[in-house]
Amino acid sequence: MSREKILNAIAKNKPAPLPLPEKFIVERTLVNLAEKFLDVLQGIGGKGRIVNDLTEVKNLLQEKRERGVEVVNCIKDLPGYNAGDYVSKTAAETQTVHTVFLKGVIAVAENAAIWVPESAAVNRILPFICQELVMVVDERDLVANMHEAYDLINVNEDGYGAFIAGPSKTADIEQSLVIGAHGPLKLDVFVVRS
Amino acid sequence: MNDNKTHSQNAEEFLKDRERAHWHDETLWFVRAKRDKAAHNIPEWEALRDAASRIKEHTLSRLDEYLIQFEEKAKANGVQVHWANDAEEHNQIVRDILQKHNAKNVVKSKSMLTEECGLNFYLRDQGINVVDTDLGEYIVQLRNEHPSHIVLPAIHLKKEDVSNTFHEHIGTEKGNKDEVYLTRSARKVLRQKFLSADAAITGVNFAIAETGGIVVCTNEGNADLGVHANKVHIACTGFEKIIPKAEHLSIFLRLLARSATGQPVTTYSSHFHRPGKGQEMHIVIVNNGRTNQLGREEFRGSLKCIRCAACFNTCPVYRRSGGHSYHTAIAGPIGSILAPNIDMKQFADLPFASTLCGSCSNVCPVKINIHEQLWSWRQKLMDEGYGGFAKKASMKVMAGVLGSPAVYKISGKLGRTAMRLMPFAVNNNLNPWYKGREMPEPPKESFREWYTKNKKA
Repeated sequence: MSREKILNAIAKNKPAPLPLPEKFIVERTLVNLAEKFLDVLQGIGGKGRIVNDLTEVKNLLQEKRERGVEVVNCIKDLPGYNAGDYVSKTAAETQTVHTVFLKGVIAVAENAAIWVPESAAVNRILPFICQELVMVVDERDLVANMHEAYDLINVNEDGYGAFIAGPSKTADIEQSLVIGAHGPLKLDVFVVRS
Repeated sequence: MNDNKTHSQNAEEFLKDRERAHWHDETLWFVRAKRDKAAHNIPEWEALRDAASRIKEHTLSRLDEYLIQFEEKAKANGVQVHWANDAEEHNQIVRDILQKHNAKNVVKSKSMLTEECGLNFYLRDQGINVVDTDLGEYIVQLRNEHPSHIVLPAIHLKKEDVSNTFHEHIGTEKGNKDEVYLTRSARKVLRQKFLSADAAITGVNFAIAETGGIVVCTNEGNADLGVHANKVHIACTGFEKIIPKAEHLSIFLRLLARSATGQPVTTYSSHFHRPGKGQEMHIVIVNNGRTNQLGREEFRGSLKCIRCAACFNTCPVYRRSGGHSYHTAIAGPIGSILAPNIDMKQFADLPFASTLCGSCSNVCPVKINIHEQLWSWRQKLMDEGYGGFAKKASMKVMAGVLGSPAVYKISGKLGRTAMRLMPFAVNNNLNPWYKGREMPEPPKESFREWYTKNKKA
């Protein structure tokens, strides 16, 4: 069995035990998390703004619907929650989805990453197959850095979860940045004041 | 990549196109500069590198325990775990899983391990079609080439190359070199591949012992589209990708993208713990010579590598010779340490493809002493008789000259006089030091002569 072969060889060849370093702690120096978050988000090709309530998000949702594009709304606080219809859809059945609205759990100021567990996306494929992604985060769910983020989330609470930072992108052709690779072409983030 | 030629022979080919070689050099230096900017924005950067290095060293010292813990947790999560002692076994395991599901078309996101194992060619011979979905990898795959860089697989190509390749294979307009047009065209083709495939293969950036989950990082979203659109997910990982706890991801994710491209984090850092509804998830844990490297005290630190490629981008030799010159899946300084572990004879030239300037060690996010390990490999390869006759002969002359003060004095004088009287003797293309640069004016006297003359005054 290769399992035993590998484990035995490791046991034989590994170095003498070394201690695990203490938990990494860094003092929070950032004061305005929202400002930093929006600044970084812009730098990585996303669009963001601070709003006092969900009015603007509702308007955007309404506007998309009026344009006749297929919209999936995974946010119960917004009118016309229809994510339930998409829970069991196959990838092929979701390929016509234009815009997905979903609620991010934690947003990280240092890199504009937003934690999206499976439960927030309803169906794992949705944040990736849509053409445009709209995310809503509460200002109180902003953290300074990844250390604070991992302190707050349980990576295995759902079977799947991702940090999403900006729209998909590539620079594989002569290092020229192209926003919109395989995933969404656009990302809009609304930070809702607490 | 020409497996029969040495790095320096391949580099000579690469350098024939002066303009392109210059572009390659400048572009990678630009990526290195972006890395610097990102790193300097983090006051605790050095503390992060230190923590990352120590976590990895600790993990290596208890690797067997962490792998067992990982396996146990992953199984409890409903994931099937496989162990492969070498490349051949890895390929067979993947093939067996695919055949069980009668899978004929597979989409694969970036995995240097599957490159190392030659999986694509193996599966092709078994009648299974693999499409690499990372844009850079897709481009090189269409061209029947290998990635020349582990993070930027098509960095050796220019827009016109991509335009021609896409025109030939996916019918884009002839001569259209617009990167947005080319990217969108590939997006259309690959979307259909994601949706019509039978299975998805991914690499692994981090495997978490504590939770039995894996993390995959991409910018394009191709790993997620492939996995979520398919019934079978096979994740292939070298066993050194293990980390003890989920909280350690914060350290590694802060370092990885900043070191690689200067981005604050990759667009997607996806955490896979349990298979999706109606899905099957497999993890293949691979050795392929890694236990040997673990047993080599001076080289085991190379197993800390997180594949960011910062050492590639900073390396003056890599930038001016291109990834294919290294004739191995993982090029650059770190690849030159990893490859001789697998085959000393075939890769004996690689540890010599370095100036030992140490820049690689300085940018490494997990503090691998890369240039020292390259130096150690040189010693070992010479001891084991893989130095090559030419290198040995010139080394002997050098040892003779440096070992005798009298010979050294005369040789220096002869050299200086020769350079003055017959500059063409050194300023010609037979002298490798002349290529791409002018030779300096030789000084009229040596330091020894100057010192003897001036010490009285």
